[in-house]
Amino acid sequence: MKLTRREYIKSNAIAAAAAAAGVSLPASTVLAGKEDNSSIRWDKAPCRFCGTGCSILVGTQNDRIVATQGDPDAPVNKGLNCIKGYFLSKIPYGKDRLTKPLLRKSNGVYDKEGEFTPVSWDEAFDIMALKWKEALKKKGPTSVGMFGSGQWTVWEGYAAAKLYKAGFRSNNIDPNARHCMASAVAGFIRTFGIDEPMGCYDDLDQSDTFVLWGSNMAEMHPILWSRLTNRRLSAKHVRVVVMSTYSHRSCDLADNEIIFKPQTDLVIANYIANYIIQSGAVNEEFVAKHTNFRKGVTDIGYGLRPNHELEKDASDSKKAKASKPISFEEYKEFVSEYTLEVASKISGVPQRNLEQLAKYYADPNRTVMSLWTMGMNQHTRGTWVNNLVYNIHLLTGKISQPGNGPFSLTGQPSACGTAREVGTFAHRLPADLVVMKKAHRDIAEKRWQVPEGTIPGKPGFHAVLQNRKLKDGHLNAYWVMCNNNVQAAANMIEETLPGYRNPENFIVVSDPYPTVTAQAADLVLPTAMWVEKEGAYGNAERRTQFWRQQIPAPGEAKSDLWQLVEFSKRFKVEEVWPNSLLDKMPEYRGKTLYDILYANGEVNKFPLSETQAGFENDEAMHFGYYLQKGLFEEYAGFGRGHKHDLGDFDTYHKVRGMRWPVVDGKETLWRFKEGSDPYVEEGTGFQFYGKPDNKAWIFALPYQPAAEEPDAEFDLWLCTGRVLEHWHSGSMTQRVPELHRAFPDAVIYMHPDDAKARGLRRGMAAKIESRRGLITTRIETKGRNRPPRGLVFVPWFDASRLINKLTLDATCPISKETDYKKCAVKITKA
Amino acid sequence: MVDEVSKKPVVPVQKKRVSRRVFLTDSARGAGVALIVGTGLWSKAKIAHPIPFREIRPPGALPEEDFLGRCIRCGLCVRSCPYDTLRLSKVEEPGVVGTPFFKAREVPCEMCEDIPCVAACPTGALDKGLTDIEKSRMGLAVLSDQETCLNFLGLRCEVCYRVCPVMDKAITLERSQNQRTGNHAMFIPTVHSDHCTGCGKCERSCVLTDAAINVLPIALVKGEMGKHYRLGWVEKEKKGSPLVPSIMNKPLGQWGKDK
Repeated sequence: MKLTRREYIKSNAIAAAAAAAGVSLPASTVLAGKEDNSSIRWDKAPCRFCGTGCSILVGTQNDRIVATQGDPDAPVNKGLNCIKGYFLSKIPYGKDRLTKPLLRKSNGVYDKEGEFTPVSWDEAFDIMALKWKEALKKKGPTSVGMFGSGQWTVWEGYAAAKLYKAGFRSNNIDPNARHCMASAVAGFIRTFGIDEPMGCYDDLDQSDTFVLWGSNMAEMHPILWSRLTNRRLSAKHVRVVVMSTYSHRSCDLADNEIIFKPQTDLVIANYIANYIIQSGAVNEEFVAKHTNFRKGVTDIGYGLRPNHELEKDASDSKKAKASKPISFEEYKEFVSEYTLEVASKISGVPQRNLEQLAKYYADPNRTVMSLWTMGMNQHTRGTWVNNLVYNIHLLTGKISQPGNGPFSLTGQPSACGTAREVGTFAHRLPADLVVMKKAHRDIAEKRWQVPEGTIPGKPGFHAVLQNRKLKDGHLNAYWVMCNNNVQAAANMIEETLPGYRNPENFIVVSDPYPTVTAQAADLVLPTAMWVEKEGAYGNAERRTQFWRQQIPAPGEAKSDLWQLVEFSKRFKVEEVWPNSLLDKMPEYRGKTLYDILYANGEVNKFPLSETQAGFENDEAMHFGYYLQKGLFEEYAGFGRGHKHDLGDFDTYHKVRGMRWPVVDGKETLWRFKEGSDPYVEEGTGFQFYGKPDNKAWIFALPYQPAAEEPDAEFDLWLCTGRVLEHWHSGSMTQRVPELHRAFPDAVIYMHPDDAKARGLRRGMAAKIESRRGLITTRIETKGRNRPPRGLVFVPWFDASRLINKLTLDATCPISKETDYKKCAVKITKA
Repeated sequence: MVDEVSKKPVVPVQKKRVSRRVFLTDSARGAGVALIVGTGLWSKAKIAHPIPFREIRPPGALPEEDFLGRCIRCGLCVRSCPYDTLRLSKVEEPGVVGTPFFKAREVPCEMCEDIPCVAACPTGALDKGLTDIEKSRMGLAVLSDQETCLNFLGLRCEVCYRVCPVMDKAITLERSQNQRTGNHAMFIPTVHSDHCTGCGKCERSCVLTDAAINVLPIALVKGEMGKHYRLGWVEKEKKGSPLVPSIMNKPLGQWGKDK
């Protein structure tokens, strides 16, 4: 490093001043040191955290990550990172990293009430296999289950789905993405018949109007927010509308800040549709050619247990998705009651703010991008509100074009790539196939070379139902992988923890760290993370990104993939399949699930010689073939030629990701639009090809109240969420000292007048309590979030202050996604 | 894990070595001030006594000379501090022995609304006139290194801004375009001395190995404009109308335009 004259003067001035003031500076500040970077190996990987999918270069030396940097040439982030990404190099090195399997034992044998004791992998799998076989024998496939992850790599999710759906013949596998964007999925499927956004991040550089419907992008998608902000700064006509139930950091940029009463986004969306119709702004040609109108059933309940008061009379709860065709006139009539006056009254938003927003959507000369995350998805009418926002874009034809379209941001690095595209949900199969349809099961069974009838036709238990079934003793052998669901699931004391500690159940948790969930388990499996294995993630804009294994996992930690595939060796097919099924393929008799699912001629067909030269691949070495490539290629076969085309395995290792469908080596930026999507036929303009007639559905759906609202005793709304410094449950970011220091403890964000009315002020400890549980923490009245009176916000990253003791396990009855944004609490002096 | 999420500060408190060298520098500090004055860095220093450089006095502390005159080293302010922020200077440390101070990078001031340290002071060394903690001026935060501050590099950090108890006043985020990437914005933390109390939460929380934002004595860092110049836009805002109302607002006309 050379010192310029200016730097020399500066550093000498500092040294002089410092010496004078009695401060001794480290030598490196005084003398420009020389760093030896020559032996660092740099290679690419996506960031481990959110769904943005920033590209990283990982620097390793002697089997350790010594540094990271944002990839300066990556289209997503151009070398930038947020503060979590800045600390990626520290996340594998927490002091309490798990390196050995731990089994609860007393006197040397497994005991549910015993202490965690280190055991070998053999012993761990022995007891696991025993418990799985016991459950299968006693109660059948519905008694085994798995809770997976939108943080799994693509092939991990695929291997897990295959093991459960084809191996154990159980659909009881669901990802934590159920808590995250299931409503977006259900919304996309219901409106378009195909999942995932039509647009991409390029829209952020081009749109005239950004409308945030329930997303604090400034903190949760930091790099995308800086892109959106740049667009606002660089063009005078660009406008930003931020809708939320409380003021947050994204509101700083808002030209129109809309703070609405919880749940009334349904009213606002219908008002906008009504305004578009009343003001003559409907794109009639587009609507006539490309849409159908539907009216959905409405008495759908709140996804609570069937004996709950709110479920008793819910006549449509069993068929919550149902809808019937209506005409445009009927739809027009339906939304006509959502006038400006009505919308303003119910939402509490001034009329001028609502009208201005409606005008942006209605203006034919203005492109609009709608963005949302958990505000819309974690909602007891989450699927509806997703549908209603699509309505607005379809009525105006503002969709599938640069700068124009609805865009659901994802929270997890591979919510799209793994949870959604691979189909690790209780009702899904790869490439948008579903277990309920015989034709779809046939496709999967054929590709997987398993007998017809292997995959059960009934959806398995979704996330919330899994916890209930564990508690009730119907789900008995359960594997939690790559998530922290005891901390994450709503109403954890009443509905989550009891199932984990139910003496009838055996709970396995695979994690790099001893999370709250791991501590609630019976067996903890030490797990390799991030670049300790080869992987692939798919981000929010359909971009699939690959990485190579950069470093070995510590101790005996093994990747999720290794664990899943190795575990399958423990099952003879006769132990899990009935004779009637085996009779259809007698050649499988005597084989293990491993032989049938993985060593099947497809997954094991790529030799070790094809692995990435110069990089370790622990799984490939262990199993003797390029396992990841085999799984990927078998999986990609589902989507290729079927509008979900993924590119070639080896190409992904060379490029900075590609956005699917990848057809003839080219990626797709805007789907459903002629010219930008290879699947749209010439002369059609648009084709929403997820639907048989290529027409998207516009839904008539009303406003309905939340499952629980504040009353005289529990007089405040509670909204939960994240903060920029921590990711999800904090199991990685809380182990970075700097991030812990930046935001150590969850606090209650509260309006100062609400605090005063309870004899509280900033910094004081307070009890926050719902009908289900309570925690104690400090009051914050001046921080980053500024709730209106009547609402408080508490982040959920803090393992020592579990806010999900308070939340309600009410879900959207269609998407089954929990509403973490609304329940009733009271706050008193601690 | 318990350790990781425990409430104890994660940054180890640096142990002071009592070395001969420290003693020497300590006693040489008087001369040091003279040196700084000589280099022009200390031109505004109005006191003969060395002011502590990185040791911050409690809220309401009188100007250093007066403070030292009044403070009886009783330690009551330290005892009243609910966050263990304050401590008394030891022999081997800079600053006058037995006087209260805190180090922002270690434990910052939490800005209690009832200011118990001031209430506890028996002599008025901490000024009882301070009743609104936001009016205290313990020091001034300075974003001293724009080369390593992540925000100046375009990364999304802004931790100092979000921990600021006077957020959006004492520190604001100024947006600008990232010329390097061409399609991202930068969010630059900007300290405003009319609101910064010098509590040190920003310095404490800076995620860098060495903080890029530091709380320093106001006298050391604050500039002062000459009295011969006023800011036109500020004066206009203060008055609420142009200072010279008789000046016509519109140009009389322009060639090539109708009006």
